[in-house]
Amino acid sequence: MAQAPAEPPPQAVPREGRERGLREHLWPGHSPDRPEAYTSLPPQRQPPVEDFEPGRDHYQPQQSEPGLPSCENQGVRQGSDQPQGLRKSIYQPQAPDQDPYQAQDQRAPRQAPYQSQTPVQHLYHPQGAEQASYKLQVPEINISQRYAQRQGSHQAQEARQSMYPSHALGLDPYQTQEPKSAYQTHAVGQDPYQAYERGHGPYQPHEPGYGLYQPGYSLYDDQIPDPKSRMLAIQNAKAYLLKSSTTSGLNLYDHLANMLTKILDEQPTNAVDIIENISKDVKWAQFQKKMDTLRDEHEILPTFEAAEKRKALFLKANGEGDEELEEEIGETPLPNVMETAFYFEQAGIGLSKDESYHIFLALKKLISVQPIQTCRFWGKILGLEMNYIIAEVQYHEGEEEEETEEEEVIEEGGKGMGEVEDKDEEREKEDEPLKSTYKPPPVVPKEENGTGANKYVYFVCNEPGKPWVKLPPVTPAQIVCARKIKKFFTGRLDAPVVSFPPFPGNEANYLRAQIARISAGTQISPIGFYQFAEEEGDEEEEGEGGRDTYEENPDFQPLSVAEMVDSLATWVHHVQSILKQGRCVWLNPFQKSEEEEEEDEEEEKAEESDELQQEIGPPLLTPLSEDEGIQNIPAWTAWPSTNLIPQYAVAILQSNRWPGAYAFASGKKFDNIYFGWGHKYSPENHTPALPPPVQAEYPSGPEIAETRDPTLEEELAFKAAREEALAAAEEGEEEDEEDVVEDDEEEEDD
Amino acid sequence: SLNCVEWSLLPPATEEMVAQAEQLKGRFQGDPSFEYEYTEINAEDAERLFEDGKEPMIKEESRLIATIEQIDRAVGIIPRGAFVKTPLGSVHENRNFEGLSLTEAKKLSSYFHFTEPVNLKNKTLLEKADLDPSTDFLDSLEHDIPRGSWTVQLEKGGTVVVLRSLLWLGLTFYHVPMTKQYGYIYFGTGEKNLDLPFML
Repeated sequence: MAQAPAEPPPQAVPREGRERGLREHLWPGHSPDRPEAYTSLPPQRQPPVEDFEPGRDHYQPQQSEPGLPSCENQGVRQGSDQPQGLRKSIYQPQAPDQDPYQAQDQRAPRQAPYQSQTPVQHLYHPQGAEQASYKLQVPEINISQRYAQRQGSHQAQEARQSMYPSHALGLDPYQTQEPKSAYQTHAVGQDPYQAYERGHGPYQPHEPGYGLYQPGYSLYDDQIPDPKSRMLAIQNAKAYLLKSSTTSGLNLYDHLANMLTKILDEQPTNAVDIIENISKDVKWAQFQKKMDTLRDEHEILPTFEAAEKRKALFLKANGEGDEELEEEIGETPLPNVMETAFYFEQAGIGLSKDESYHIFLALKKLISVQPIQTCRFWGKILGLEMNYIIAEVQYHEGEEEEETEEEEVIEEGGKGMGEVEDKDEEREKEDEPLKSTYKPPPVVPKEENGTGANKYVYFVCNEPGKPWVKLPPVTPAQIVCARKIKKFFTGRLDAPVVSFPPFPGNEANYLRAQIARISAGTQISPIGFYQFAEEEGDEEEEGEGGRDTYEENPDFQPLSVAEMVDSLATWVHHVQSILKQGRCVWLNPFQKSEEEEEEDEEEEKAEESDELQQEIGPPLLTPLSEDEGIQNIPAWTAWPSTNLIPQYAVAILQSNRWPGAYAFASGKKFDNIYFGWGHKYSPENHTPALPPPVQAEYPSGPEIAETRDPTLEEELAFKAAREEALAAAEEGEEEDEEDVVEDDEEEEDD
Repeated sequence: SLNCVEWSLLPPATEEMVAQAEQLKGRFQGDPSFEYEYTEINAEDAERLFEDGKEPMIKEESRLIATIEQIDRAVGIIPRGAFVKTPLGSVHENRNFEGLSLTEAKKLSSYFHFTEPVNLKNKTLLEKADLDPSTDFLDSLEHDIPRGSWTVQLEKGGTVVVLRSLLWLGLTFYHVPMTKQYGYIYFGTGEKNLDLPFML
C-alpha cells in the first residue's frame, strides 16, 4: 500500500490516515486521496500499533472506524504502555476473532460488525464487563455518530469495518482494543468522537494542535446529544441498510461492503468515475460460484478439438523407414510452402505463418498418400461456411486412377428418329408417345486427363488436417456454364449450384471449373523459364491447337526485378487458355462419331458443321502484354515489393481480371498463388442470361384452326341432307339438270 | 497515404459527394487527383449540373472519401456490449466489456452496425422488451438484406471469429471471444458488390 511505504510502523500511519479519512468524509475539501494523508505520522502513534503489524498494513487504512481508535490513541499516548499491554493480551486471542470474520466474509459481511463485537466481548470479559460493554457501545456510538453526520461516510466506514474481517489478523481486537484503550483512558467514551466532531477542522497529526486532545479533555461534551437516541438511530440506520431487496435478495450493506472491498483490493484508477460499473460487477459476481463441491465437467473447448485434428498433421507417418526419408530429401514433390509464403509476405499477400505451416504439413500428408509427381499449393478460395485450400498435383505417369464419370452427359439418345411425316399416322401406328425430333447440340467431350484443361489434378480440403478430396476433371460444358454464372462457394463440395443457366454439376464441379479458368488466366512465369521441347513434331500438332507441353529451361537467365516489373512482356502464360468451347484444344464435335453422320440425313447438320469454325486461342507461352485489359484497366499490375531496398526486392504481379491472383518472381524463383472468392472481375454488373424465348407456336392456318364442333341438330341436318344428296345423285344420273339444282340446294344446306 | 509514410487528412464526407460517387464504376486509379468524367449521365443531369456551374468531373479523392463513408456506414460493425448508451443518451465505450462468449460469437445477432439504427423501431414490442436499452440500441446484423450477406467463420482453431461482408468484398471483422479484442478492416478494390443477390 502506498500509504505506508517508508514508515517503520506502518500501522500507526494507517491509523492516522484513518482518522484523516474520517475527517475527509466529515470535512469536504480535504484531499480525498487517503494514501497521502497517511504519509505523515506522529511518532507517538507507533508504539501502540506495533503489535498489530503482521498482516495489517493493508487494512489499517481501510479501517476508518479506527478513527475511533486513533482518537483514542491520542489520548492513550500517555498510557501507551497500558494499551500495549492490553493489546498484547488481547492480540493473542485474536485467532478466534479472525475465524468468525473470515467466515463472515464468505457468508455475509454484514454480520461482521456485530460478530466482531460479540467475540470481542468475550475477549474483554476478563478485563471487565463494563469495558466490554463500553466497547460494544463505543463502536456503535461511533457509528451512529458518523451516521448522524454524514450517512455516506458512515456507510463507507461501516463497510470498511465489515471488510476488515477478511483481512486483518486481529483486526477486531484492534478495533476493539482501541475503544477499550480509549475507555481505559477516558471514562466517558467521548474521546472517540474527537475525530469526528471537531469544530476546528480535522487536525493533521503533524499539526501542533493534534496533541491537544488528550485524555481527560473531551471536546464532545457539548456536541454529543443523548447517546441513547444516537444508538437507536444507528440501529435504525443499520437495519435499513440490511433490508433485503425484494427483487434480488441482496441488501445494500453487504453490497457496499463487497464493493469497497473490491475497490480497495484492485485499486482502479479513477474509481469514483467507474463506481457504477464496479457496483454492477459486484452484483454480477454474486452469481458466480467460487467454491463448489461439484466440479464442473471438464469442458472440451472447441479450440482443443480443433487442435486435436491438426495434431495428426504433426505426427510423423508411421511405417516409413529412414530409407524413404532419404529418397524424399533428394527430390521431393513437396513444395516449399514456407519459402513461397515468405516471398509473398514481402508483398503483403498470404496467410498467417501458422496456417502456412499447417498447409505445408497437410501437403506432406497428401504426398505420402497419393502417388504424386509434382505438387503445388495453388491457393485458397473463400466460401460462405468454410474455405477451400487447393493443391495442384500431377500424378506420376501411368499411375493415374480412373475415375467414374460423375457428370451427366446429355443423352445422345435424345435425338430423334427419322422425320415423321404425319403425326396422325404415327399415332395410329404406335401407341408410344412421339419421339422428339429435337437434337441437342452434341456434347463437346472433355479433354483427356493429363492434357489441356485437365492437365493437373486438384485436391481440396476445408482445413489443413481434414482429408483431401480429389476434384473431378472438368468438362467443357461446365466451363461454358461457369462463365455465365457467378455464385459464392459455400464450402461444402456436395452443395448444389442453383443458377440459371443450370449448372451441370454440384459445387465440386463448379469449383473445378473456376479453378480451371483462373489457372488458365493467371498462371504466369518469367519469360524463358519454360521453353518448348524441341523434340516433338511441331508442325503436325500446330494445326490442332499449338504446342501444349513445355519444360524447364536449363539455361534460364533470370532478369532483374526492375525489368520484370517494367514490362509485361517479360512474363508469359504457361497454362493454355481455354477456348470459348470450353477446351484448350479445339475439337470439332461433329467429326467425332461416324454413326451420327450416317444416321442424320438432315441438311441442317451439314450446315452447322460448316459454321463451326475452328477456335483458336493464344498459343502457349504468350507474353502478358498480349492480355487485354478490361475497359481501360490493364490486365495486370506490376510493382516491386519495396522501393527502398531494390537489391532484395521481389517483383509482384497482381491480376486485375481475377482479383486475388498474384505472382512473384525473384531471381530464379517464381510462383503463382490465388487468395480470393473465386470470381472474375467485371466492372459491369452481372446480368444473368435471359431465359430462352418462349417457343413459337405452330403457325396457325385453316387446317388446324379450331372450329366449333357441330351440334346434334346440325349433324342430323347434315345427315339428312347427305341422304337426300345420295338419293338425288341417283336420280340425278337420270335427270342432270334437276339434280344439279337439287345438289346445289342441298350443298347449300350443308 | 500512398506509401504509409506520408499521410494526408481527408475531409469528412458530404451527402453530395456520396451521391456523385455512386455513379462511378470501375477501379480506383491510385491517384487522388485523378478526375473522372461522367460517362453515363443523362442529358437532363448534365444540364442540371451545368446550370449549377459545376463541371461533371469528380476527383478521385472525393470518390475515396465517399467510398470510405459508405463502407463504414454499411458494414462497420461492433460486437454487442462493446458500447453502452447512458440514460442521458450519450454513447461511450464500455470499459467492462469482456468479449462475447464462444456461442454468442457465432451468432450474427451479437454484432451490431455502428451507425444510426434504422430498424430498431420496427421491432415488435415483445422483442423490444427483451432488449437491454443500454447495449441494444443499434441495428443487429441479423436483419441485413439480403440474408446471408455475412459469413461467420472460426479461424485458428476456434480462437478467433472472423466475419466477412459479401456486400463489400474485402471487409473483414475479427474478434477474439472472451477478450476485449475486436476490429474491422477493409482490403479491397473499393467497389460494392451489386451482384450479391445473384451470387448467394
